[in-house]
Parts: sequence; structure tokens; C-alpha cells
Amino acid sequence: MSHLAFVLLSYGVSALVLSGVVAWLLIDQRAQRTELQRLEAQGIRRRSQKAQQP
Amino acid sequence: MTDTAAQPTRLLDLANPTRFLSLAGALLPWLAGLSALVLAVGLTMSFNAPDDYQQGMTVKIMFIHVPFAWLSMMCYTLMAASSVGTLVWRHPLADVSAKAAAPIGAAFTALALITGSLWGQPMWGTWWVWDARLTSVFVLFLMYLGIIALSRALDDPAKSARAAAVLTLVGFINIPIIKFSVDWWNTLHQPASVLRAGGSAIDPSLLRPLLVMALGFTLLFFTLHMMAMRNEIWRRRVIAMRRMAARKADRNDAVASEAIFSKDPAA
Repeated sequence: MSHLAFVLLSYGVSALVLSGVVAWLLIDQRAQRTELQRLEAQGIRRRSQKAQQP
Repeated sequence: MTDTAAQPTRLLDLANPTRFLSLAGALLPWLAGLSALVLAVGLTMSFNAPDDYQQGMTVKIMFIHVPFAWLSMMCYTLMAASSVGTLVWRHPLADVSAKAAAPIGAAFTALALITGSLWGQPMWGTWWVWDARLTSVFVLFLMYLGIIALSRALDDPAKSARAAAVLTLVGFINIPIIKFSVDWWNTLHQPASVLRAGGSAIDPSLLRPLLVMALGFTLLFFTLHMMAMRNEIWRRRVIAMRRMAARKADRNDAVASEAIFSKDPAA
């Protein structure tokens, strides 16, 4: 392999792994947000939220 | 004097999960934008940097390999500090921080190993050697995997938090070993070249892009860590709310069955 191939491969793998981490975080974020909204729509409140309500 | 006395309360205020969520919401877009900007500048500088007189263009791998290796150790140090927070103050945010950092640290460590291997093959003539620096970083990677497994092994985050914190602190002994491995043992890896007595051994034309890239990846790390912490707080809220929903359903069931049983004798 030429030196260029090693350089391209290391930059490529890094971009791939880091975008994988970003994608995983965004998917997880969406899943938790939807679930929170679904539970709140059912009228479920956490204890601290109940305390805030008059 | 009064400042030092007032500080703990202020820091504790910041460590309130709800306040952390609003802080993260406000900071994240800026932090993400800044990371992208600094990384773009760093990549341009790296691309335009001259080739090394001995290593040729493979020196470009340094601009990513070295920041990944630094961050793999910084992330573990952050997790060790968070573990102290978990064990001493039992602050739930400390555990959230440690748990959220582990997969990101593992990713950076894996990248340090992969890019190092891709640099080692053309320059040393081998992908891998079991020498002190490479082996100790590989042990760091295994530590990350162990902590990830342990912190997700139990359903109750409070229970796994203490065990994972103890494991993290015990594993912290590896960080100085990694740092000084190149001085203590005979290794293929070069000794410290940036932070050393007598100034950096790297030419400014290569050092400048390296430092910008390091800053960019550090900003990226904190962006990812903040995102992961926010996700973890939300996940714990979902779990708490599901428990409340189950309890509520149980109570309703109990009321319903009581009603049936009280009707039964009359029937």
C-alpha cells in the first residue's frame, strides 16, 4: 500500500467511527424524547413535577 | 475568603439535573458549532502542512492519532474524577457523567489504536507490537469495555454506580503507566515530544495544526459528552416515570379487584 492509502484509511476510519457515535447519540436522544412525551401525555408526572404544581 | 466558602453551594446548584438540562440545551448548539469550526480550520491546516522529511506524508496521521490518544486518557481522568463524586458525595450527576463518558472514551481509544496501527505499518514495518505503550493503551481500551458492561449490568443505576466507580478508580493506575511507559521501558513508540522539558520537539509547521486539531477534538468530546449526559438523564426520567405508571396501574387494579370482591358475596 502507498503512504497515501494509509493516510486516507486512517482519516476515513476516524470519520466513520465518530459519525457513528454522533448518529447513536442522536437516535438515542430521539428515542428518549419521544418516550418522555408519550409518558407525559398519559398524565404521568415525576414527584418533583408534582411538587411544583399548585 | 468568602468566595471559597460560597463556591460549593454554587457548584452544587449547577449540578442539579434540571438545571443541567437547561444549561445543556443552551450550550450544545454553540459547542457543536464551535467544534465543527475548529475542526474545519484544523483539517485545512493539516492538509496544507508540509510533509515530514523522514516520514513523508504519513505524518498527517499524527494530526488525528495524537489528539485521540490524549483524549482517551483525558476521558478516563474525567471518569475517575466523576467516580470520586459518586463515592464521596453520591451525587447522581457524577454517575451520569461517568456512565455517559465511557462509550465515547472507548471510541477515542479504539481510534488511537487503529490510527496508530495504520501509522506503524508504513513507518515501523509492523501493525502491532506488544510493547509497553501499545499494550498499556490496549489495557485502557479493555478497561473502558469492562466499565461499559458493569455500568449497564444492573437495572438500578444507583447500584451499578458504586461498583463502576470503584472499578474506574482502581483502573486509574493505568493512566500514569501509559504516560510514562515510553520513559520507563524500551518501546518502539517515540517518547513525549510535545509536552517535555526543553520545549516541543516538533517543528512549528507541524505543531500548530496538531494543537488546533487537539482543541477541535477536545471540543467535540465535550459536545458528545454533554449530549450523552442529557440522554442518560432523560433515560432515567423515563425509567422513573414508567415505575410510577406501573404503580398507578397496580393501585387501579387493586381498587378494581376490591370492588369485584366486595360485590361477590352479594351475588
